[in-house]
Amino acid sequence: MKALRKQLDKIKPQFQKGGKFEKLHSTFDAFETFLFVPDKTTSHGSHIRDSIDMKRTMSLVVIAMIPALLFGIWNVGHQHFLSHGETVAFWDKVLYGLWKVLPIIVVSYVTGLAIEFAFAQIRHHEVNEGFLVSGMLIPLVVPPDIPLWMVSVATAFAVIIGKEVFGGTGMNILNPALTARAFLFFAYPAQISGDKVWIAEKADAFSGATPLAEAAAGIGAETVNFTHSFMEMFIGTIPGSIGETSTLAILIGAIILAFTGVGSLRIMVSVALGGIFMGGLLNLASVNAYMDVPFYYHLVMGGFAFGMVFMATDPVTASQTNKGKIIYGFLIGVMAVLIRVLNPAYPEGMMLAILLMNVFAPLIDHYVVEANIKRRLKRMKPAKA
Amino acid sequence: MSTAKTEREPMFSAKIKKLLLGPLNKDNPITVQVLGICSALAVTVKLEPAFVMALSVIAVTAISNLSISLLRNTIPPRIRIIVQLTVIAALVILVDQILKAYVYDVSKQLSVFVGLIITNCIIMGRLEAFAMANKPWPSFVDGVGNGLGYGIILIIVAFFRELLGSGTVWGYHVMPKAFYELGYVNNGLMILPPMALIVVGIIIWVQRAKNPDLQEEN
Repeated sequence: MKALRKQLDKIKPQFQKGGKFEKLHSTFDAFETFLFVPDKTTSHGSHIRDSIDMKRTMSLVVIAMIPALLFGIWNVGHQHFLSHGETVAFWDKVLYGLWKVLPIIVVSYVTGLAIEFAFAQIRHHEVNEGFLVSGMLIPLVVPPDIPLWMVSVATAFAVIIGKEVFGGTGMNILNPALTARAFLFFAYPAQISGDKVWIAEKADAFSGATPLAEAAAGIGAETVNFTHSFMEMFIGTIPGSIGETSTLAILIGAIILAFTGVGSLRIMVSVALGGIFMGGLLNLASVNAYMDVPFYYHLVMGGFAFGMVFMATDPVTASQTNKGKIIYGFLIGVMAVLIRVLNPAYPEGMMLAILLMNVFAPLIDHYVVEANIKRRLKRMKPAKA
Repeated sequence: MSTAKTEREPMFSAKIKKLLLGPLNKDNPITVQVLGICSALAVTVKLEPAFVMALSVIAVTAISNLSISLLRNTIPPRIRIIVQLTVIAALVILVDQILKAYVYDVSKQLSVFVGLIITNCIIMGRLEAFAMANKPWPSFVDGVGNGLGYGIILIIVAFFRELLGSGTVWGYHVMPKAFYELGYVNNGLMILPPMALIVVGIIIWVQRAKNPDLQEEN
């Protein structure tokens, strides 16, 4: 560690003003603060002292995603061998999963960070840490068989159009990882929807339909035939995007996020409540077989849990006020289930629901603040009279 | 008598040049004044309809500017909007009929958007802002310039949308077959209208980065 510090100190002057690599200052700065806690202290104004800065916050989110990632890696292998009817050892499944998932992660990080660094150099900003999280989220929400160049194009689109044009991390309106997924969804529908893509190199005879697709087929049918039980959906041994199948692993992440206070528990709970509310309402209506699917299924099918824990809680794009967070979360849950059940063109409503509410988040905040001002003004009036 | 004759401006003075070329860049009706966006989103899926649409708009802006400029001293101010609309509507109907007669397929693709040239803000804007107060020749040039400014953006947007969305340019396949064999897939989002908005946004971004005087001070 000391040798590393020494080495850094030795080359530091070259990156500072007047140095040889002055232009690459932000790149150097990014690596230095990634490796060591910055020794800069703020000299004026009042500040809350805390050992946590943005880089550590983002790292915590990445740590919270690890259970879902590890499970996803195993599940990619598991589903592959299952579809071929082979039984193989645990490690073979993991190795196969790694072989499929690692390239996607690498492509996502390389593309995104290259763009982030380039923009930081041009604007003479520090490199933003936001992409540490987005770069991990993108691989987790795509199917395992996605072509790598599509991941790269979508990541570039999300970082440039979804984030950098608004001014970088902290200024974006839409969640970058979801922007990438929405881009893929609309640009290359054949590679990211349907029932062919959710199992890596699946055998042709095997049905690769996700529970959501099976449920959507119930709109015209008498009953919904699930291949998987509720418990399997909860544990996550079902076909689906890489990191979203296991509600259990995601809940572990949720506990980490909620316990450290990085992710808002308020949002998570209200998203779940919204989903349960809308699911229950549709159960009562029960016009077709999909509406009869018990409401608690919605929480474990598809990306609901993943979106709830990792996407909806994104502090940049969510509502900021406490009351706003509850409204925002609740509406995400309601919309997600509503889109799933009532619009057969979009089997997964979570992505669109979160993106829609991202757009409305500032409006919600505005009215929450206005309402507060109004209430307090009212309190003033009797005193005046 | 002869002494009262003022010296005539040359046909292509610097001022006229500015009227013609200004809208192509710093006064662009779409990217700077943000007018006529709706039709830019609707007709730019393919290059051919976009080109025809651009020509139609150039014709209508130029001729309506010219006619209104000729009439400008006889139009009572209170009913000027009605007069302007009548002129534009007559021209649009003419254009529509000509398209139907000569390029029926394209005319079908453009469908209502030819008729909707009447509501294109660029035309009304130029009539009100320029033709009502200027002589016929500058007005005509101004109309052509603004039509060109509109058309050039339409063609740039349509070029990228057709190339990336369908792999063709003007209906001809240009994306090499080898790309598709390697796994390249046309981008379905490019065919949807939102992408036109994003492409226009990128053009605005590039344009503003190049012209610092277009950037607002905050």
